[in-house]
Amino acid sequence: MSRQTTSNQKRALLLEAAKQRILILDGAMGTMIQEHKLEEEDYRGTQFADWHCDVKGNNDLLSVTQPDIIYNIHCDYFAAGADIVETNTFNATTIAMADYDMQTLSRDINLAAAKVARKAADAFTAKTPEKPRFVAGVLGPTNRTASISPDVNDPGKRNVTFDELVEAYTESTEALIEGGVDLIMLETIFDTLNAKAAAYAVEGVFEKLGVSLPVMISGTITDASGRTLSGQTAEAFYYSMCHISPFSFGLNCALGPDLLRQYVEEVANVSECLVSAHPNAGLPNEFGEYDMEGPEMAAHIKEWATSGLVNIVGGCCGSTPQHIAEIANAVADIKPRIVPTLAPKMRLSGLEPFVH
Amino acid sequence: MSADFSNFINIGERTNVTGSARFKRLILEGDYETALDVARQQVENGAQIIDINMDEAMLDSEQAMVTFLNLIASEPDISRVPIMIDSSKWDVIRAGLKCVQGKAIVNSISLKEGEQSFLSQAKEIKRFGAATVVMAFDEKGQADTKQRKVEICQRSYKLLTEEIGFPPEDIIFDPNIFAVATGIEEHDNYAVDFIEATREIRKTCPYAHISGGLSNISFSFRGNNPVREAMHSVFLYYAIRAGMDMAIVNAGQLEVYDEIPKELRDAVEDVILNRRSDSTERLLDIAPNYQGDGKAAAKDDLSWREQPVTKRLEHGLVKGITDYIIEDTEAARLEAERPLHVIEGPLMDGMNVVGDLFGEGKMFLPQVVKSARVMKKAVAHLQPYIEAEKSDGAKSNGKILLATVKGDVHDIGKNIVGVVLQCNNFEVIDLGVMVPAATILQIAKEEQVDMIGLSGLITPSLDEMVHVAKEMERQGYEIPLLIGGATTSKAHTAVKIEQNYHAPVVYVPNASRAVGVCQKLLNKGSRDIFSAELSREYDKVREQHARKKPRSKPVPLAQARENAYRPDFTVPPIVPNKLGVTPVTVDLATLREYIDWTPFFLTWSLAGKYPRILEDDVVGEQARSLLADANEMLDNVIENGQLQAKGVVGLFPANRVGDDIEIYKDEDRTQVIGVAHHLRQQTLKEKFANYCLSDFVAEKSANIADYIGAFAVTGGIGEDELANSYIAAGDDYNGIMVKAVADRLAEAFAEYLHEKVRKEYWGYASDEALSNDDLIREKYQGIRPAPGYAACPEHTEKQLIWELLDAQKHTGMKLTESYAMWPGASVSGWYFSHPESKYFAVAKIQSDQMEDYAARKGWTLEEAEKWLGPNLND
Repeated sequence: MSRQTTSNQKRALLLEAAKQRILILDGAMGTMIQEHKLEEEDYRGTQFADWHCDVKGNNDLLSVTQPDIIYNIHCDYFAAGADIVETNTFNATTIAMADYDMQTLSRDINLAAAKVARKAADAFTAKTPEKPRFVAGVLGPTNRTASISPDVNDPGKRNVTFDELVEAYTESTEALIEGGVDLIMLETIFDTLNAKAAAYAVEGVFEKLGVSLPVMISGTITDASGRTLSGQTAEAFYYSMCHISPFSFGLNCALGPDLLRQYVEEVANVSECLVSAHPNAGLPNEFGEYDMEGPEMAAHIKEWATSGLVNIVGGCCGSTPQHIAEIANAVADIKPRIVPTLAPKMRLSGLEPFVH
Repeated sequence: MSADFSNFINIGERTNVTGSARFKRLILEGDYETALDVARQQVENGAQIIDINMDEAMLDSEQAMVTFLNLIASEPDISRVPIMIDSSKWDVIRAGLKCVQGKAIVNSISLKEGEQSFLSQAKEIKRFGAATVVMAFDEKGQADTKQRKVEICQRSYKLLTEEIGFPPEDIIFDPNIFAVATGIEEHDNYAVDFIEATREIRKTCPYAHISGGLSNISFSFRGNNPVREAMHSVFLYYAIRAGMDMAIVNAGQLEVYDEIPKELRDAVEDVILNRRSDSTERLLDIAPNYQGDGKAAAKDDLSWREQPVTKRLEHGLVKGITDYIIEDTEAARLEAERPLHVIEGPLMDGMNVVGDLFGEGKMFLPQVVKSARVMKKAVAHLQPYIEAEKSDGAKSNGKILLATVKGDVHDIGKNIVGVVLQCNNFEVIDLGVMVPAATILQIAKEEQVDMIGLSGLITPSLDEMVHVAKEMERQGYEIPLLIGGATTSKAHTAVKIEQNYHAPVVYVPNASRAVGVCQKLLNKGSRDIFSAELSREYDKVREQHARKKPRSKPVPLAQARENAYRPDFTVPPIVPNKLGVTPVTVDLATLREYIDWTPFFLTWSLAGKYPRILEDDVVGEQARSLLADANEMLDNVIENGQLQAKGVVGLFPANRVGDDIEIYKDEDRTQVIGVAHHLRQQTLKEKFANYCLSDFVAEKSANIADYIGAFAVTGGIGEDELANSYIAAGDDYNGIMVKAVADRLAEAFAEYLHEKVRKEYWGYASDEALSNDDLIREKYQGIRPAPGYAACPEHTEKQLIWELLDAQKHTGMKLTESYAMWPGASVSGWYFSHPESKYFAVAKIQSDQMEDYAARKGWTLEEAEKWLGPNLND
């Protein structure tokens, strides 16, 4: 079976499931890794025992050095009811890996992460064939911004270009697909131009490999201004990204479900694709911990579901398998949002939407 | 399609270097801050999308687009609206798309280069997530008729939606708005063609949009804004009803349809809707009632030879056809009572038509000059008969003395004004160039002229004009004084010249204004009204000038120096292959390949970029014919050796000392053979350095061996003789053409020599491989700033270049007392090789720098004030 045939079947399965029920995404990866209280040598593993700089905190590296830990986290989320888990590749692009001088390892890390998630998904699909499990290959935002200057005194300056981002995302995407992911997910987008470069790269890879995976897009509204870090409203952001015909479009991170709701609604009103949302477990407290317990988070998300706002839900920072289990339970019997068909109009955007 | 005015989209057009002279100047000067204000104002004034265009030969368009879009991204009150990325170059569009996070519009793509490139560009646009404008343009050319417009748009639509799945709602067709009421019959139906095509395209291409550049429609009425605005409103009124739903407009240039006076509206509707064959003439007739002047248009009539002789003469004059002029003039003479009547009658009538058409912007300068050539031939034919009759000669409108002031050799503009005035029956006494005040005044008295016109191109000429004005006052003159030339301005005239002379002093911005000004001044009644108006206007200008605070805050020289630019010298400067002075000769055939034609067209008041200007729907035909004439002139001078190019280049060891550059005899760097003095930017710079050209040379104390180059080139050896021989033969057109071509050759020589220097003489970029287009866009390493221009505005520094190069001996080029170069077609300057060296404008300096500079130059403060005047705050 060709890769495209497989991916078409997966897409059909996903769409079918999404019609029947609200799909469940996993929760935080970082929060789960933290619980293992790993030290420098754990991060290094055997492979990087002699690495020339500290790598503690390089969570993405763990797919290579501690694959069992990552595998078990994925399994915990599947066990909690997740349909889709996200690969442990949030910082795995060459650009973000440069922090650890590991830019040349980007491909290996993405590949290893995809494989370990694939293994977990296949194990659970075998256990419950009536509920097939999926892997979303994550492309993170990188730690640089293509439309914001790093220097307040020089607003025209940029520390990364569109072309550099395309190159980095291309490498990650190829490795993720090779590792067997079912979907591609651009998440925690705070600068739309970075995401456009990612989308550009993903389409290029699809074209090159002759495949077309479903693409999930998830942006981040940074604060109560209701805008992304680069200044776009949720609707404007959607118009900037809808050209790649996303499988789903939504929001994650930064806010808890209480504060995120109005923006999820904004997205739900305009998206001609599935809507996803995976908020944080509240806002971090003074120790950087997330306090919102599973039941409270699930109650919020249940309300979104009954209001017909969402098709895919999960958790971001601070959420755990317990949160996901509560959420999955809460939305199990609720009809998913009906995808609307909007009048064909030219939908442009600057920071704000412009429909004509 | 119902008329949905509320759903009509205004696209701001002011952030376009090809459409806005102001925006272009700001971008060329690198004043992005003010350029951002232009964008901001558009959004504030209601532009819902802003069109950004950086297509300008003097710019790195790609870089300018990227810089401007990145800056816009940091301005939420601008970037809240979508961007339209406008360029004829795909690379610029692609670079722009990589800078916008929003969903933008590309302007534009078309089938011009065939289906393959059209679809591949569209595919990429889709991948970038943008909408696109599609021009009604195909392999055969731009669509003008309804049928062609519809056909091309439908074909484009089918290809886009069926071949690559481009969303139809993201397609915006631009079916080409062309100028109507041009006097050319084939243009009469252009608006109707657009409107009807729009209707059909909207019907057959679902969800697609229709847009266009509105100001084109009224191009032939430029200068008459009320008529233009009326045309825009009427056009939109009908086009929107037909389904046009967007347009690139100047929101400030829209009259409310219902508020257009009925007479004007009816006439405009006749034109737009092509309702009667004489609608253009009728609109022209009433246009002056609203503003400006206007008159009948020339008809393109192939059977003109069968018309009565007066009409034939008029046709020959308007069209600039010399072939039949002797024959027709003779026929008219036989019919006339006296030979003089032919001049006063049909010939002057014909020239009046020319003058009027020019005033309306319906004839272009080169055509007018050609008309003058025809006129001169006719007059020359009549002259013997008039002499035989011992007539007093034709009574002219008035007698005008023209001169380029002392110290200045530039006369193309002045010659054009002379020709235009002669066309309008003024008697012109042209004293030529470098004319001292005493000569001007003496001849003005002897010839009893009615007014004096002064011209000048270089900045010191401004002071000379002030001097002439003071002398006129002292000697009790009463005649008006006209001021013109590239560096002159209304503000300078008002602030510096006018109050020195009690009679009218009039700033004349261009040749087409000269006639109106002279007529007003010569009529007793209108003169008083006009001069009263002028005084009020100048008072206002002076007031504004006095109130004007410098936009940027000045800083003390010491502070500016602390913020000097410090380039990276870790890679040591390249040692020139050939130190010392080298004379250079090159044949014109070689230089020809280096010509940048765009400024040539500007000399003739045709605005537009070469080569695109050749295809321009308004001036294209003129531009093509002008270029053909220029090439013929080039062929001629190359074959007959009437023009020669000479140049000299010198490369020397040099190091920076403070803001000066010491130039040494040899590598010992002990014997200083010259010191180049440079000025430093002295306004507060927060994000950039306070540049001074010296910054680009390594400091003496750093012990880094650095170098500097100097050059002087001319393309004009023989230009005066050749031009004069044409003028003596009554051919002013070619007289001007010689100088325009020589100017281009000089600039081409500078480009050529700079390349030789980079690759051979200095050799710091020996592997450079750039096309002429790249050269024009200055894509190479290093700069060649010219004294008298923005980065080194002080003219006397040319003297040092002359001394270092022994320029007069090697080339025959001379400096006048105002440090203008002779021949006029000359270029001189410095070479800086550092990769970070760049052009900038010194702009305003403060008195502390003036004093410092005077001390460095060994000048008195008076001398410093004189030469630095243009850069000093008033």
